[in-house]
Amino acid sequence: MVLVLACIAFVCSAAVGLVYKVTLDPITKAEQLKVTQSIAAVLPAFEQTAEDVVTVDGKEFKVFTATDASGAVVGYAFEAYTMNGFSGEIRLMVGFDTEGTVSGIEVLKQAETPGLGANLANPDNVVRKSIEGKKAGELNLKVKKDGGDVDALTAATISSRAYAEVVAAAYEAFKMVNK
Amino acid sequence: MEYLLIIIGAIFVNNVVLSQFLGICPFLGVSSKVETAAGMGAAVTFVMAISSIVAYLVQYYILVPLGIEFMQTIVFILVIASLVQMVEIVLKKLSPSLYQALGIFLPLITTNCAVLGVALLLVQKEFNLLESFVYAVGTAIGFALALIIFAGIRERLAINGVPKSFKGVPIALVTAGILAMAFMGFSGLV
Amino acid sequence: MSKLSILTKGIIKENPTFVLILGMCPTLGTTTSAVNGLGMGVATMFVLIMSNIVISLIKNLVPGKVRIPAFIVVIASFVTVIELLMKAYVPSLYETLGVFIPLIVVNCIILGRAEAFASKNGVLDSALDGVGIGLGFTLSLTLLGAVRELLGTGAIFGQQLFNADNGILIFVLAPGAFIALGYLMVIFNKLTAKLNK
Repeated sequence: MVLVLACIAFVCSAAVGLVYKVTLDPITKAEQLKVTQSIAAVLPAFEQTAEDVVTVDGKEFKVFTATDASGAVVGYAFEAYTMNGFSGEIRLMVGFDTEGTVSGIEVLKQAETPGLGANLANPDNVVRKSIEGKKAGELNLKVKKDGGDVDALTAATISSRAYAEVVAAAYEAFKMVNK
Repeated sequence: MEYLLIIIGAIFVNNVVLSQFLGICPFLGVSSKVETAAGMGAAVTFVMAISSIVAYLVQYYILVPLGIEFMQTIVFILVIASLVQMVEIVLKKLSPSLYQALGIFLPLITTNCAVLGVALLLVQKEFNLLESFVYAVGTAIGFALALIIFAGIRERLAINGVPKSFKGVPIALVTAGILAMAFMGFSGLV
Repeated sequence: MSKLSILTKGIIKENPTFVLILGMCPTLGTTTSAVNGLGMGVATMFVLIMSNIVISLIKNLVPGKVRIPAFIVVIASFVTVIELLMKAYVPSLYETLGVFIPLIVVNCIILGRAEAFASKNGVLDSALDGVGIGLGFTLSLTLLGAVRELLGTGAIFGQQLFNADNGILIFVLAPGAFIALGYLMVIFNKLTAKLNK
């Protein structure tokens, strides 16, 4: 009886282990692809990127420095996050050109309420529109309810506030990197 | 303070049944009487508290060092199933009166997805041991609370005339929807 | 029972969602849109078919006493397999469905079919049963997802039918899941009662 159960457990774990081995490569590739695609989406055209880490308020953000063919920096993309979303973590890829203009924002990870806060992942949401293409230094990166310049989504102030917070943190990181 | 937030969040804002949809089966199945609902709630609290600690230890002292996190689902369900069995045996020996009260609910808990769900979520949320425990207890209290309130409503519902097609589960679901709406009022609390 | 009736009974007569009322957690939790419902249904169907086949193959080898743990190990393995496959090839769907993928293990439909059908019947019948019940589950989930998506955001499968601002937002939120399923069940009851007359 125990023997049979042990055999079944052994065969099953061997099978799962095999599938794990087979899928390990595609899984890491899929994760990397998501990152590279979002970098390309938030930055002006570039040749290659170099990865580094900056620390803002005790949080470690990945920074991708994009350079053109001649090696000159064209912009920076920051993988920044906050835990203050309505349902916890919101992780964004925020791109800046060398002038400090927000060149693009992509949502990497969020678990906000579907239909409300989750609309932040929607490419043409008002929050993104009120930030993108503007100079971050000239914006007060807070939602209008808190006296800032950022539009908030209807019925999703907490999510919008967290979104603005991430962009502000990414701008802090930008100021540390861009000298 | 942080722990208080975890507890309040788990009980009201992200109520396990009404906003996370875990443990719906016992929620619909064992909620026709307030007494049985309370018994089930107590049994779940008991098991969830223990299983959260065990799941934490298994995750960080067995799965991670061995690099086999992908076996998580299999290992957790087996651990929980055997844990429920063990709780049943120990309870029978040590405290027959408690066993009398909770005994019949214990076998049902293995298939309660809330228990496995909490074990998986606390790993996902990267809680430490104490946070895991607090989160599990909060979630279980939220489960018990929803179950007892719901049982109270259903007791009243049973003596009212319900249209034929609504009898049983459909009216229970609509009621649960209204209850969930009430719980939405807690959102933004934390 | 004929092969055809084994295959089709899961869709109406023994529909897992509307008649057997099993697997309510993923039914309510993942159906915020038609695509999500479909994805969850297909994932569950895969596990159901595979576990039904394997369990009917090993049913004579496994002693009665350790039957349930053995079944759970088999089911959990297939769940892990689909979890890894989804992570590798449909990562965005995997993220939306979240914790409900590993929770397929405790979906009562799967253990229920293993115990009630696969452990008593041959391989082919068990596979057909898995397909039938899985299909019924997938259809119900897609229907519920479509209803919630349409009422909540005015779209079906992402195709906008009317302005999203005119949607009843509550239907994509938690309470709407309960209410929509409750009313769908009422309609289902009415229709089957008419058919049986």
